[in-house]
Formats: sequence, structure tokens, C-alpha cells
Amino acid sequence: MSETKTPDAPRAEAALLPPVDVIEDAGGITLYADLPGVPKDKLHLHVDADTLTIEGEIQLDMPEGMDSSHAEVSLPRYRRVFTLSKELDSEQVAAEFNQGVLKLRIPKAAHLQPRRVEIRVA
Amino acid sequence: MMYRTMFPRDLFAELDRLQRELQHGSDATPSIRGLARGYPAMNVGGTPNSVDIYAFVPGVDPASLDAQIEKGVLTLSGERKAETVPDKAAVHIDERFAGRFRRVVSLPDDIDANAVSAQYRDGVLHIHIPRKAAAQPRRIAIQ
Repeated sequence: MSETKTPDAPRAEAALLPPVDVIEDAGGITLYADLPGVPKDKLHLHVDADTLTIEGEIQLDMPEGMDSSHAEVSLPRYRRVFTLSKELDSEQVAAEFNQGVLKLRIPKAAHLQPRRVEIRVA
Repeated sequence: MMYRTMFPRDLFAELDRLQRELQHGSDATPSIRGLARGYPAMNVGGTPNSVDIYAFVPGVDPASLDAQIEKGVLTLSGERKAETVPDKAAVHIDERFAGRFRRVVSLPDDIDANAVSAQYRDGVLHIHIPRKAAAQPRRIAIQ
């Protein structure tokens, strides 16, 4: 899995880059992404051919007429795009989203799972 | 392939990011606690009636968060556990914060520290501190 930036993405919609952890084991890849402030229904995951797009819109309950005096999260949106590699089974992506943390599990295609070769001593 | 290209494809986005980083880095009076991009990220705002602080603390057990107001200073501390990495797994990207954290915000003088409320939702801790009634602007009726 490598990261790419889609050149055709509309640049008008500036977005924050969420921090991620990517861990690969023999069975597949696990991705964690921090998307605080995104409710479940505002999280969008797209798998298109070999591109994985994570997008989320931040919704905070702000009191009416609030003036922001200091903002470190200064855009209302997160976006990050990854290119998946061929051996990953993009049909089988499983996602969990809990308290602003997204966990994605992308297994490797079944026929590409590692198989142990039994060695017999003659 | 696990391979990062030397040349990012979207040059403009990279330039944008570089410019933003330069702006952050050229701050003449940086915080004593280091980079402004610590964990958790915070937004602070206010209305005539309240001060609102948003701390972006995703994936933290609300019970392990500690928020205190003392002498006009709000301290938020806690711990975020690292994800467990299974044996024989490779970590390709490791950007998310793990460990103990602590951030301090000084508050204005007119807040009512006894009426604070805090709510944790979607990984964001919202601390709402009303201002003292006496400090709120009052309209004077003209007869």
C-alpha cells in the first residue's frame, strides 16, 4: 500500500491529512486513522479499483455565534488516498469506526495467502 | 509495492503543505511545550456567554482523561495506548500519537469554573465553561 495524491481531486475542497498507522501481517493489512470529530454517517470510504479513499467531515456542536480564537483543526474535512497493491482483496475490506478512530482490515487475496511448505526429510 | 516515490505527484499540494509548515515553523514565540501540533490538537472559541474548548482526542477512554481547572488554567492530561502489533507484523506507517499527553490552556478571568461541563463524542472532548453572569454584557433599557 503506498500513498498517492489524486491530481484530479478538486483542490477547492482543502482537507486535513489524518495521521495513520499501517501494519502488515501475513494475512493482510490493518490501517488505523485518527478522524476526531467525524460522526459515523459523515465518514466515507471508497475503494475504486486499487485506490482507497478515506474522507470524513467534521461536525462539532458549537454554540451560536462562537468566535474561534485559536484553531489547530482549521478545516472541516479530512481526506487521505492510498493505492492498494494487487495482492490485497479490496472486496473484503472490513471497517470499524469508534470514537474518532477508523480501523480498516484489508485481507490478502485467498490464493495469495502464505502457505507453509512442508519439508520432509527423506 | 511498499515503495515511496521520491517525487510526490501533486506538486501543488506539496507546495501548499510546505508553505503551511514554514508558517508554523517561523513562529517567533513558540510554546514552551514545543510544537503547536502536539496531541491532542485543540480549538478554542468563545461567545459572550461562554468559553468553548475542543480537544481532539480520538480513541481515548473517556475515563482515562483528566481535565482540571486551577487558578484560571485548564489542564488536560491522559494516556493513549498504542495499538498492539502482532508478532511478525511489519509497521509501514506510524504517525498516530501514543503515550501520555498533557496540554495546558490559560482561561480568561471572567469564567465560572464551578459551572463547567465536558462531553466526549466522536473522539472530541468539548469543554464548555460559562462566563460569570456579572461579566456578561447587559443591555441598559433607556426610558
